[in-house]
Amino acid sequence: MSPTNAMDRRTFLQGSVAAAGGLVVAFSLTPTAMAASTDSDHVFAPNAFIRISPNGAVTLMVSMAEMGQGVRTALPMILAEELDADWSRITVEQAPVDEKYNNPLFHMQGTGGSSSVRAFYTPLRTAGAAARSMLLDAAAERLGVAVADCGTATGYVIGPQGQRLSYGDLATAAAKRAVPEHPTLKNPREFRLIGHEIGRTDTADKVRGRATFGIDVELPGLLTAVIARPPALGATLKSFDATKALAVKGVRYVTPISAGIAVVADGFYAARKGRDALEVDWDETASSSLSSASIRATMTELLDSNTAMVAKTQGDPDVSGNRRIEATYAAPYLAHACMEPMNATAHVTASSCEVYAPTQAPGPNRAMVAALLGLKPEQVTISQTYLGGGFGRRFCPDFITAAVEASKATGVPVKVVYTREDDMRAQYYRPGAVARLSATVEDSGLPASFKARAVAASINRASGFGKQNELDGQAVEGLASWPYKTANIHVDWAEYKAGPGVWFWRSVGCSQNIFFAESFIDELAHLSGRDPYEYRRELLKDEPRLLGVLDLAASKAGWGTPLPTGHARGIAVAESFSSYVAEVVEVSLNPDGTPKVHRVVAAVDCGTVVNPAIVRRQTQSAIVYGLSAALWGEITVAAGRIEQGNFDTYPVARMPHVPQIDVHVIESTAAPTGIGEPGTPPIAPAIANALYVLNGRRLRELPLTKSV
Amino acid sequence: MIALNINGHTQQLDVEPDTPLLWALRDTLKLTGTKFGCGQALCGACTVHLDGQATRSCVLPVSAVAGRKITTIEGLHPDAEHPVQQAWRAHDVPQCGYCQSGQIMSAAALLAHNPKPSDADIDTAMAGNICRCGTYNDIRAAIHTAARKMQKGHSA
Ligand code: FES
Ligand code: FES
Repeated sequence: MSPTNAMDRRTFLQGSVAAAGGLVVAFSLTPTAMAASTDSDHVFAPNAFIRISPNGAVTLMVSMAEMGQGVRTALPMILAEELDADWSRITVEQAPVDEKYNNPLFHMQGTGGSSSVRAFYTPLRTAGAAARSMLLDAAAERLGVAVADCGTATGYVIGPQGQRLSYGDLATAAAKRAVPEHPTLKNPREFRLIGHEIGRTDTADKVRGRATFGIDVELPGLLTAVIARPPALGATLKSFDATKALAVKGVRYVTPISAGIAVVADGFYAARKGRDALEVDWDETASSSLSSASIRATMTELLDSNTAMVAKTQGDPDVSGNRRIEATYAAPYLAHACMEPMNATAHVTASSCEVYAPTQAPGPNRAMVAALLGLKPEQVTISQTYLGGGFGRRFCPDFITAAVEASKATGVPVKVVYTREDDMRAQYYRPGAVARLSATVEDSGLPASFKARAVAASINRASGFGKQNELDGQAVEGLASWPYKTANIHVDWAEYKAGPGVWFWRSVGCSQNIFFAESFIDELAHLSGRDPYEYRRELLKDEPRLLGVLDLAASKAGWGTPLPTGHARGIAVAESFSSYVAEVVEVSLNPDGTPKVHRVVAAVDCGTVVNPAIVRRQTQSAIVYGLSAALWGEITVAAGRIEQGNFDTYPVARMPHVPQIDVHVIESTAAPTGIGEPGTPPIAPAIANALYVLNGRRLRELPLTKSV
Repeated sequence: MIALNINGHTQQLDVEPDTPLLWALRDTLKLTGTKFGCGQALCGACTVHLDGQATRSCVLPVSAVAGRKITTIEGLHPDAEHPVQQAWRAHDVPQCGYCQSGQIMSAAALLAHNPKPSDADIDTAMAGNICRCGTYNDIRAAIHTAARKMQKGHSA
């Protein structure tokens, strides 16, 4: 390995992988480790996000999980902008668990809901500006001049005569000043980082295999556990015999934990062999009659149940019109299939617990682990590694609970690793759903009323977040927000209370409900003999931001211009996570009748853009993720068992499937909004809408290859 | 004991002969740049070079590779300056990054055999590597960039 150089500073913070010669990987993300060489009395740390040492080192803390969405670049950019730090010399460090790092939107330390930039934009600007103001004060005092006569430039205060005082030189003096509560923020016209395509801080490590993911964590004496899990929904453990498992070379312990039976060994392969050799007797009677067909039958009954909870009602939803149109749609359960299978490492002692994990929710994790072990929260540390994908899945603590229980039972540090099959069958799915949408349409072809009944399981109930036994807004989001001008509206939700477990999945309720809503508005347009783009335009007159992205996507895609024979366009638009995205797709049919997507043109309005390259790439990412789900994604149940286990039975988009994707971002000075998820919802309906134009078949069920 | 030739060094490993190369690399040698994604040769996260060919290490027992030349992401270039790594940085390809060691190893093997791949060649060579972050278009662009760079390198 090469010696550490300037480009490698991120390697240091990411876990000393480089220094270990690639053989012994030490792991440390704690700030104390970073600060060890500095006398902390002299470090300028005006808030939890910024540390400036007298030697000039500027450390910016990132409190959100890096799971690909670029928070380790975008969040420090915001701080560095207002601080006027030298971007080429900053160090980015993952924050420990501390209330100071709570997500202001969630009031907990957790990453999700496309919230990082929208939640932290103003707090981080303020934090950066406060530090800059204190440095200016310190400099003005030292120079004996007025603060107003000083300025800053990339890591220096510049005095009236052009004197340059580095932030490092000023750190000790600045630390003695009071922290201003309302520092002056920059005029956005002065931004030199925000709004620019700054390269990611994590790329260098990620192209050489040096980024430390959860699965890469190494501790002295660490063992690996693979868990024997119930083979069917609701199956319970009758008995097990560990003899054969323990006979596998390298297997050290076999111990029951709440998720199943942990086989703990020197490494993954021995643990998996031990797990395969373990003899377990499960009782599967509880769910043996559950199947995808029985789930669908129950959900279909709920379309007519009178126990639904009302999400929105306005005017007289039963008003008559010229015509009444009704359609029923369906979407399957979906796995997240993060590239890095679920895993976590824990070391439990009598008075402490250290957890190292690719988690989206270190704050709730710490409280959960403390309660599980009867420890105080401050006896528990959660170190957040890089996440090999999150998509909502890693907000769930199942893998951390398993590691903590296995370490507690064995008394040694344990890394729990899910096989791909364990991961796919763990049952934290995007809820399967059915919905009935109806409308009455006036002579003009415009809707007089809109009604929707959604049937799906409650993510609030499954996750414990949010209110229980009340309306779960996630079950109706994308329907209750029906944006098309309609006087009379009624949207309700009937809860499906059985079936596989459910969880947050990239874009949550909008992932299925926007498919329903945007397919339905397209049906209304065609039935009224109207162009689907023009029809939407007319009904979105009072929704300028939706209209803005709709028009931009349509014009960039050349809506209405001729296409090759056998090709057709489809369009869809949606608001989610306070952002607006329209997508126009160009589709043809493969020889086997399945859809081939040639091109996607997306228009995005996410308010102020911190890093345009990240916004473009997140939109592409969200589209490809949604494309996999639209074309193939489906988790099914037979005799209580999940039928899919790996990428052969759960296909996802690969290189040959991926269309040209053009992303156009609206310039805006509005507050920044979400970008990790909003690209996902429109892709499935846009494809289905194109297929209708192509062959006159209206596909009302996902995945779209299912009905071919 | 099995002798493996990894990144130019021969190492003696005390592992069971049926151990997949992936786990010998990750758990025994602590070369964690090579990733586990599926364990069934379905995702490409574990791709290494075996005598220069892109190979899935998750289904390859160490007994089958004794004495053969194995290259992992850590050994692709001592300073991470392989043209594919340079192009990956220029295009800022990785998002979560988890699949990228495998993507880079597949791309490097493709370019070693086919210095000027067409889009169809890229589709074929890269179809075994899944990226759940959907970085495919950036990967494609980066492969073309790396190819141009290597061409120039040759003609210079
Ligand atoms: S882990 Fe080897 S191909 Fe997926
Ligand atoms: S970059 Fe995340 S899976 Fe490829």
